[in-house]
Amino acid sequence: MSPVSQRSGRGVYVAGNDIDTDRIIPARFLKCVTFDELGPALFFDERFDSEGNSKGHILDAPQHAGASILISDVNFGCGSSREHAPQALQKFGIHVVIAETFAEIFQGNCTTLGIPCLKMVGEARQSLARLVGQFPEAELLIDLSAKSLTFANESFEFDMQESSREAFLLGRFDPLDELLVAKDRISGVANRLGGGSHQ
Amino acid sequence: MGKNLYQKVWNDHLVGTLSNGQCQIFMALHLIHEVTSPQAFGMLKDKGLSVAYPERTFATVDHIIPTDDQSRPFQDEMADRMISVLAEATEAHGIEFFKPNSGAQGIVHVVGPELGLTQPGMTICCGDSHTSTHGAFGCIAFGIGTSQVRDVLASQTLAMDPLKVRRIEVTGSLGPGVTAKDVTLHIIRTLGVNGGVGYAYEYAGSVIEAMSMEERMTVCNMSIEGGARCGYINPDATTFDYLKDRERCPSGDAFDAAVQRWASYASDQDAEYDDVITIDGSAIEPTVTWGVTPGQAISVLDHVPDPKAVAGLDQELMTDALRYMQLEAGAPIAGTKIDVAFIGSCTNGRVSDFQAVAHAIKGHRVAAGVRAIAVPGSEKVDAEARALGIDRVLTEAGFEWRLPGCSMCLAMNPDKLVGDEVCASSSNRNFIGRQGSSTGRTILMSPIMVAAAAVEGCVADARVVFGLENR
Ligand code: SF4
Repeated sequence: MSPVSQRSGRGVYVAGNDIDTDRIIPARFLKCVTFDELGPALFFDERFDSEGNSKGHILDAPQHAGASILISDVNFGCGSSREHAPQALQKFGIHVVIAETFAEIFQGNCTTLGIPCLKMVGEARQSLARLVGQFPEAELLIDLSAKSLTFANESFEFDMQESSREAFLLGRFDPLDELLVAKDRISGVANRLGGGSHQ
Repeated sequence: MGKNLYQKVWNDHLVGTLSNGQCQIFMALHLIHEVTSPQAFGMLKDKGLSVAYPERTFATVDHIIPTDDQSRPFQDEMADRMISVLAEATEAHGIEFFKPNSGAQGIVHVVGPELGLTQPGMTICCGDSHTSTHGAFGCIAFGIGTSQVRDVLASQTLAMDPLKVRRIEVTGSLGPGVTAKDVTLHIIRTLGVNGGVGYAYEYAGSVIEAMSMEERMTVCNMSIEGGARCGYINPDATTFDYLKDRERCPSGDAFDAAVQRWASYASDQDAEYDDVITIDGSAIEPTVTWGVTPGQAISVLDHVPDPKAVAGLDQELMTDALRYMQLEAGAPIAGTKIDVAFIGSCTNGRVSDFQAVAHAIKGHRVAAGVRAIAVPGSEKVDAEARALGIDRVLTEAGFEWRLPGCSMCLAMNPDKLVGDEVCASSSNRNFIGRQGSSTGRTILMSPIMVAAAAVEGCVADARVVFGLENR
């Protein structure tokens, strides 16, 4: 993993508070033993009717084709812990999510997959969302070290879970290698805690 | 200054600090199921890793298992494949798997406690957000994603940030016909579906202390619907009584020693909290949802709220929710027609839930045109309910008694709503499309409220339907 300090791409605004992971990826698409095929299923029931015809969702609007930065509102990714949700976003082509707040499990899943979750409060986020609607072809430039975002000659500030930001800047957003380094200390804790429930 | 349970358990399982400032925390118990975990074994394989502490992981199948006919292969090929992949992986890595017909299979959050795997003072994780259920025993228990399932399999640890702790004191006592489900819906309605983000909830106060373990599990189960990744209740005599003689708990002198240790995890009298709030338990009414999040809830005596009372995006979202639910602002919620009644899930699929329903519904019949199903949370719940004759009372009243699984809670098996059917449901999520139809509508409520709705064919006050007032 190499350090990530900047990301750029075109944006798309998916309005709504409390957008849960059941909406991001409906449960029937969880019938899989790998995550490979999830991209097209993103927001499926909001994008397509029961016959599979497009309902004209913003993600399918031609001017937003290829957008990679998704902007939403409050409490994005709540509900089920399914990593299928960030996996579907990533496979669809989204590599940054901006919202006022995120559900914790979702945010953690995103970090491990390399998707920064940026927190932006009410007014700033709404004016960014409006601008993205006006200039769908323009690129957002995100700087994780400065916690700033520029778009259409305007600059915005964002917040981020500090440990997640640090993990991106260090290139350690997937923590597994570092977790494994502590083998001896882990077995120390395991021994101290004893058998637990496995008598 | 004393410590709260969260701090004690956290410190007890702390392995060290990582380069990004997060803590590395040891997981005392790891539970896995067929939907979110098989992919993690694939990730391990890709990295050439093995399972570090297989004796601390336990597997079950619940989400996709049919509840009518569980003979293999299932009609749904993919569902069958998912179980096979889990069976092979657990076999290959020496992980105990509670297979169907083993007598121990069931919903992961029902199985852990009833076997006594869940014990006070543990860190418990599972690729499932309702892992918060296990907090009822005084554990730090929370849901994780599949990559984290991989981390736990490989290292038995996770990279984590500590949460703040909010103590929620529910005072007074509950009225007749008011249940743990009403308490949790009321808390979520009061604090909001994202009110708990960043917090662990410590539930306390006279109402919580008076609850049985099964009721406590109902409350902790829905912590996540309030945005809190975990919720817990300090272990006490009720906890220890429940655990005594459980299959996977210590016995004899070892049990007494364990009780001493377990009790020491309880929050100190002078513990500090990041926030404390008080809720008057005596004022809680039977509560039902009107919208598409568990926070969009009202008393059964209330009227559907009016979007005009709020502004901006909130108004838009409320209007959308009412349109989806096909409800009219200002109309009484009682009397809303239902098509399906579902009793089950990890929130309310335990013996006491069905027992309460059986007690109330005796002598009543499910209304014509209502499809009513009761799905036990585990094989043990099923066996015990049958031994008590509960299944018979429910079937005589017009419910179908099914085989254990998650069933219509998320409809990954064949149990689904059709079209825009309305379901009175004892489960935990009323999200759009949650019960298997993208236009299906869910109204969350307690098991006895589901029973009342089944009998009346519409949302109804169980206290009136079953004459519970003078209990
Ligand atoms: S019963 Fe429902 S909430 Fe509980 S584990 Fe199963 S699907 Fe999840």
